[in-house]
Amino acid sequence: MGTVAAVLAAWWLLTATQVIPPTRFASPGEFWDALRQVALTGYADARLHAHILHSSKLVLLGFAVAIATGVPLGLAMGWSRRVEALANPAFLLIRPIPPLAWIPLAIVWLGLGDAAKVLVIWFAAFVPAVINSYAGVRALERHVIEAARMLGASRWMMMREVVIPGAMPHIFTGLRLSLQACWTTLVAGELIGAAAGLGHVLQQSALDLFPAMILVGMVFVALAGALMTWALGWVENRAMPWRS
Amino acid sequence: MAQLRVLSALGLAAFFGVWTLIAISGLVQPQFLPTPLAVYDQFVELLDKPFAGYTLQQHLLSSLGRFGLGFALAVAIGVPLGLLMGWFRTLDAIASPLFDALRFVAPIAWVPFAALWFGTGIGGPVLIIFSGAFPPCLINAYRGAKFVEPRYIEAARMLGASHLRMVTEVLLPASVPSIVAGLRVSAGLGWQSLIGAELIVASSGIGYLMVKGQSNISTAIVMSGMIAIGIVGVAIDVLLRALQARIERHRQ
Repeated sequence: MGTVAAVLAAWWLLTATQVIPPTRFASPGEFWDALRQVALTGYADARLHAHILHSSKLVLLGFAVAIATGVPLGLAMGWSRRVEALANPAFLLIRPIPPLAWIPLAIVWLGLGDAAKVLVIWFAAFVPAVINSYAGVRALERHVIEAARMLGASRWMMMREVVIPGAMPHIFTGLRLSLQACWTTLVAGELIGAAAGLGHVLQQSALDLFPAMILVGMVFVALAGALMTWALGWVENRAMPWRS
Repeated sequence: MAQLRVLSALGLAAFFGVWTLIAISGLVQPQFLPTPLAVYDQFVELLDKPFAGYTLQQHLLSSLGRFGLGFALAVAIGVPLGLLMGWFRTLDAIASPLFDALRFVAPIAWVPFAALWFGTGIGGPVLIIFSGAFPPCLINAYRGAKFVEPRYIEAARMLGASHLRMVTEVLLPASVPSIVAGLRVSAGLGWQSLIGAELIVASSGIGYLMVKGQSNISTAIVMSGMIAIGIVGVAIDVLLRALQARIERHRQ
């Protein structure tokens, strides 16, 4: 607490005495005014809550598609050596390319709209989802699988009752990692070109040379990211009640 | 085994086969989806014909220069700070809340300030790489220092080690494995952040090459950039992994 108070005091002092010139960084007062402006009257074509909703919607959409495609592929690759042999080489080729590097390609293919962003977010979450589901199945203990087989579990039951719950901790680790990557990627995509969203606020404020609004944008990118990570943690605890 | 290898070959063949088929079928224009061969030709051409001002190697060199600077800064500040935070409780209490708050800001969100403070100079990309590479350096040095076996610390204290010697001669050597593991994560994140930075604020570098390719609607150039980024990213990781293996062998 002391640190936070000290930083706020230093911030106020440095900007009030103009040691940091106002063209380079905003004072607490300017920050507050900018926050009121974007929250109440709007900035960069929309009000704050609309920007946040727009960004969150895209992240959740891309994230959901990535889970729906990545987790089954990872589980299949972990379960069957044949699927692994078939899919792994192509997967290894695209894996080293960071999600941000897909942005120009997505723009060439889909333009500056929401579809390009969802594609890139999908990719940012897809790779970790596959890798961690795969690792989760591989980390299952053999005797558990054999016991289930002995008891005559069908393929479907084996997946539902043994493999998926067993791989769940790894899967969630992957999802947590990729959620942060999704945010970064979305902000980058919106900085390059968008009609709404937190990244658009950042980009517009950079063009307007408006440090206070840049700061507001950064604070809300951080807050929204933290909130989503927290929400995922909540889902994780709900999905694995046996852990606590 | 042999059967699995055949399947692997089939998988790769299918990947490139479907790609080639879509590209030559005329369903999409070659501008949007060139064949794998056309991408390869483009890649080779970029190696000696300048695009967006420079050849591919020159773009890569300028990217690597920025990356080296940002990464070196992150290591030079993050590792000592992490060790010190692991040793001095007061410093930990002061710096931790600040660090935790800053960590949630995505590196790429620094782009507007990078542009405002540095224009298109080298400072902008370096700031963004730094903000991507810094947290893992600090966290791993901190964890390394926190998990040093207490008996080493007690022994050193008994022998009258000063604070400085405690950090440099006890905490640092004991945290090396953790620090090196952090370096790998840090280099990966730094390299990614660099690409993001160059897509937005730069007038050279591999990210800039891709943006130019994008505005020329040349998928082949964009893909060449992606390939180069992937290769360099893997190379950086291989180097650091070799370093890690060497240190582990040395310690045994």
